[in-house]
Amino acid sequence: MAISINGQDYPLPADPRTSLLDFLRREAGLTGTKKGCDHGQCGACTVLVGGVRINSCLSLAVTHEGDEVTTIEGLGTLAAPGAMQAAFVAHDGFQCGYCTPGQICSATAMLQEIAAGWPSDATEDLDAAPALTDAEIRERMSGNLCRCGAYPNIVAAIRDVAGAEA
Amino acid sequence: MRPFDYQRAERFEHAAQLVGEDGTRLLAGGTNLIDLMKLQVETPQTLVDIGRLSLGTIAEEGDGLRIGALATNTATAVDPRVRRDYPVLARAILAGATQQLRNKATTAGNLCQRTRCYNFTNIDQPCNKREPGSGCGAIKGIARLHAVLGTSDQCIATYPGDMAVALAALDARVEISGERRSRSVRLRDFHRLPGDTPWRDNVLDAGEVITAVTLPAPVGGIQLYRKVRERSSYAFALVSVAAVIGIEENRFTRADLAFGGLAHKPWHDPRLAELLVGSEPSLALFDKAADLLLEDARGYGENDFKIPLARRTLAAVLCEATGVEP
Repeated sequence: MAISINGQDYPLPADPRTSLLDFLRREAGLTGTKKGCDHGQCGACTVLVGGVRINSCLSLAVTHEGDEVTTIEGLGTLAAPGAMQAAFVAHDGFQCGYCTPGQICSATAMLQEIAAGWPSDATEDLDAAPALTDAEIRERMSGNLCRCGAYPNIVAAIRDVAGAEA
Repeated sequence: MRPFDYQRAERFEHAAQLVGEDGTRLLAGGTNLIDLMKLQVETPQTLVDIGRLSLGTIAEEGDGLRIGALATNTATAVDPRVRRDYPVLARAILAGATQQLRNKATTAGNLCQRTRCYNFTNIDQPCNKREPGSGCGAIKGIARLHAVLGTSDQCIATYPGDMAVALAALDARVEISGERRSRSVRLRDFHRLPGDTPWRDNVLDAGEVITAVTLPAPVGGIQLYRKVRERSSYAFALVSVAAVIGIEENRFTRADLAFGGLAHKPWHDPRLAELLVGSEPSLALFDKAADLLLEDARGYGENDFKIPLARRTLAAVLCEATGVEP
């Protein structure tokens, strides 16, 4: 009866109403994941479950028994930031920073989706390997809003990491 | 969110048995249901989590393809067979929501997402769908996203999904398991018009559970999904057109069309194929098709623009499919 978060087990919440987002912040004490709209529209709460990105606000924690959740805290530390975290810093991929954990989790999963050949609405040929164009990045990141409008630098950070991985 | 009793179904029979009881809702991906529960629009007493049942398989069946009820929208859209043989379906799914939502949303959950509008999701507003007899806040109110076809004086909400519009064009079937019998209905007949019972979005009876969606044998042709919306990503359709078009010797051999954003359900009008098939593509013909489609269309002020927009979007899709100069 536990959820694994960044490799550590946490007991399931007593109240089934607890969203995965509230569980992360209140019960696991991992406040890196942010609550924006709480209705799946802004993407600030994006985390990875089994490597797949989801909105943690629209998922009940009790449904994640046995799942492996990765949050922004699991992608790196201040002393040893992950590649996407370092790229967001290097490219100023934020101003206020509130949407950033969700952006970074989302971007991390997005590069895996492209590597797996998943098409998007911006993909011209459904059968070809998707190219990492700005249009592709913008479409694939459209579930993550940034009120500061740091989008050009977010795209640059993602391109930087993708280039390093390619 | 109102308190509820949470149960995880370990077997399909268990879920099917529970769902017949009053106040019970099935939880799959939850992207619509949990949202509506937060808004207290949905207030189930019991939530039966079916997310771990083995209903997510996508498999060839006969000449067609069977998509399990719990296959995620992502799994369907990236499936090589869907991309190759039913590209209009992959395109429609990819045009909807965001990657985060598509990763959670399921086939059956997507079909059962509520037909809704901003009066439905705001419990301070009147809504015959949410609270029968309370009135409609959209008629004579804010009605920009609302329906122009098949409306009633009770409700003018639109079915917001994209996937089902493509499934309507492809003439998919919905497999339903019930307490006494199993049945299968055409997707085109699955969703309902509001009439005098706007609270019923679809034809599912109490105790019935969707088990799969089945696609007929691939028909090839030109398959397009065009979605017109107010921003280029993550918005509901103002108008969308799913088209499966066949052309031989400059005549239509197939013209299966379905429309989103226009009605309480994915809109399919069999008269369009009857008009188009056998004819030579031309702008005049496309205009006639739009005349038929929109014969009974009615605007509610703010959404009047949808009628000419549907005409132009249909023409644009048919031009793209046939090479006729717009």
